[in-house]
This record gives sequence, structure tokens and C-alpha cells, in this order.
Amino acid sequence: MFSSLKDKVGQVLLPGDEFSFDTEDTISLTTPVKPEKVVCGPGLRRSGTDCRCVKAASCDTKLPTFCTHNTQHQRHYVPVKGETVIGIVTVKSGDIFKVDFGGSEQASLSYLAFEGATKRNRPNVQVGDLVFAQFVVANKDMEPELVCVDSGGRANGMGVFGGGGLLFTVSLGLVRRLLSPQSDLMQDLQKLFPCELVVGMNGRLWVRSSSTQRTLIIANLLQSCETMTAPQRKALFARVAEGTL
Amino acid sequence: MMNSDSVKLSKNLLRMKFMQRGLDAETKKQLEEDEKRIISDEHWYLDLPELKTKENLIIEEKSFVPCEELKYGRISFKGFNPEVEKLMLLMNPKDETEKEEEDLRRMQTDVTDEEMALRYENLVGSMKKKFAKKRERAATEKEDVNQNVVEMNTKRAFLKPQD
Repeated sequence: MFSSLKDKVGQVLLPGDEFSFDTEDTISLTTPVKPEKVVCGPGLRRSGTDCRCVKAASCDTKLPTFCTHNTQHQRHYVPVKGETVIGIVTVKSGDIFKVDFGGSEQASLSYLAFEGATKRNRPNVQVGDLVFAQFVVANKDMEPELVCVDSGGRANGMGVFGGGGLLFTVSLGLVRRLLSPQSDLMQDLQKLFPCELVVGMNGRLWVRSSSTQRTLIIANLLQSCETMTAPQRKALFARVAEGTL
Repeated sequence: MMNSDSVKLSKNLLRMKFMQRGLDAETKKQLEEDEKRIISDEHWYLDLPELKTKENLIIEEKSFVPCEELKYGRISFKGFNPEVEKLMLLMNPKDETEKEEEDLRRMQTDVTDEEMALRYENLVGSMKKKFAKKRERAATEKEDVNQNVVEMNTKRAFLKPQD
């Protein structure tokens, strides 16, 4: 069915390339025909019954999901519903906070969207605080909205964090590499000193470790990982672990 | 006034109940059907062929998180922040091998049948003791470690105080 897209895995797709999913392919009479659902990930968009490429990149797949993405160097974040990001509170006005997450406009965060917050019991959020929140409204027509609770009213680690530590930006590709399930980068980091990380999908990372020097080391390591190959990175991490850096 | 012999009754008048009592059942049904037809004719409907929506097999997903099964955003290494480590266990999608290990561990902590039988035995004994009279309880407590029951006169007679 989607053999046309399967063939293209690994190849470079350009915006405008179309893939159709008609059931005109050979259907065997013995097996029951069950149309399989295809998921178009980021970089692909649906137009009618076809799938069209929107971003020039190599096609990647984790069946039944296809996506094209080349966020290796992209630093500008486009908000997507459900993603968790790190934001900075800029304005505290009445019932809502305005949060800057690095997008084209600021997102609004209601003061009731925290765990255990009521009209009388307001959360302790000041201007300049870092919040780890997820998008609940994120489309091109409306102002993005953030919340620090899930649908069950639990915080799940979201909310204000901070108190020491360093916030810095990286490219979106590095964030994806860090959070992917079998990540070498993460395993290398685990072997270094004890530290704490908060990773926002908008390319912002926050690091905290036992001393300022260690925090800076980790921040520099992560920023340099963008431009290093795997062996170079391993060599660098080994040097840091020894303590020569 | 009396131009015509018979007064021409209007349709509405004829449709009224007291005028229809004299009619047959058949004519009544006819009249009802006619009325229904008129009412249904007045209803508007679209004169289009039935369009079936094609089942669309393509789902759009704009976020990377499900596509690549990205992990949870808060991470802690080497126990720096124990609460975050707990969150990591909760929020991260669990692997299959981890689930099997959890099941095994749970089996070990479950009570086996033998243990259950032993416990039930003891339970029966302790419940019996609970409802036993005070004197019987005192008797049973004097059992030896070797389970040699010392025989005693359970009944205590009145001892006369000596002068």
C-alpha cells in the first residue's frame, strides 16, 4: 500500500513530492485486505488521500510512522500540542502569566493550571522563573497556551523549577538525540558526575550539578556535542571523566 | 341565505372529530393517510445522491515525541535529585524486559500455598483463644516449650484461711 513511501526511506525528499496510498496495488485474494493506517510525521502533510512532503530532508521511518525532518541545525521552535518546553515567565498580569518559550509569540499560562492551585491558593510564580510546561493549544491561528498539569490534575514534574543551574539553548536536533530511547549521548553523560537536567523541546536545556564548575563543564559539553562526531565526543567525555579538562 | 338546498361544508369542518363519527373506518383511514401525505410533502429534503466519506488512512502527527518515542524531559543522574529519578521511572515508557522482571519479583513476594496453610492453622488457634474463658486461657498458657502439657487441677476450691 504505502510501498511508494517505503521505497523512499533513506532518500532525500523535497517539498512537493507526493505519495499516494490508493488500494490499487495488487491485493491477494487469500489474505483479508485490511487497510493499514499510515502516520505522517513532521515534515509530511496530508492532502486529500495523498501524502505530501513539506520539508526537504531524508525520509525516516519507524513503521507505521514516516517522517522527514532535518532539525539538525534548526533552532527556531514551532509550538506543537502536547510537547513539554522550558519557558521563562515575563509578565504576571491578573489571572495569567505570559511565558516566553522562544517562539514567534509568547504563550499564556493560567495561574489555575498548576497542581493544587485554587483561586485562594495561588501558585508562587514570579517574573523570571523557569517553568516546565506542556502545550494545550498550539496552532497557527491562536495564541499558544501552556499548562503545568496533565489532564488528571497531576503535576508530573511540571511547574516551576530552578534555584541554581544554567539555562542555555541548543538546536532541536540535539534535543531529539538526547531524548531518543537508545541515546549514546545520554549513556555517556550518565557516567560523568551526578547532575540534573531538564530538557525542553524548544531547544532549551537547564543543567544543575554539585558545583558551578561542573555545571559549566556539562553545559559546554552539550553545546559542543552538536558539532562533534561520535568518536570525538567519546574522547572528550573520557578526558572530562579523568579530570584533565 | 337559503340559496342552495344543502349547506356546503368546508373541508376543515368535515375533518373535525364530531363529523367523522358517522364515517366508516375505511374512509377514516383514507382521510388520515391523505393528511400525512400532505404533511410529509411539506418537509424539505436534499435531492442529492448519497456521498460516502472515504475512510482516510493517513493520520497526521505534528510532534516528534510519539514518532521517535522520546523520553521524559526531566532527567537526573547518579541520584542527584531523587524525586526526579522517581518521576523518570514513572513517566518513561517501560521496556518489555523491565516488565517481565517486575512480574517475577511480584511472584516472589506473593504468599505460597504452604505458608497460607500454616498461617490458617495459627489463625484458628488464636481465634479459639480469643473466645475462651479466662480460666481456660490460663491453663493453655502453661504449656512447655517442648509441648508437654502439665496437668493441673483446673478447678480451684475455696481454701479456708488459716488462723
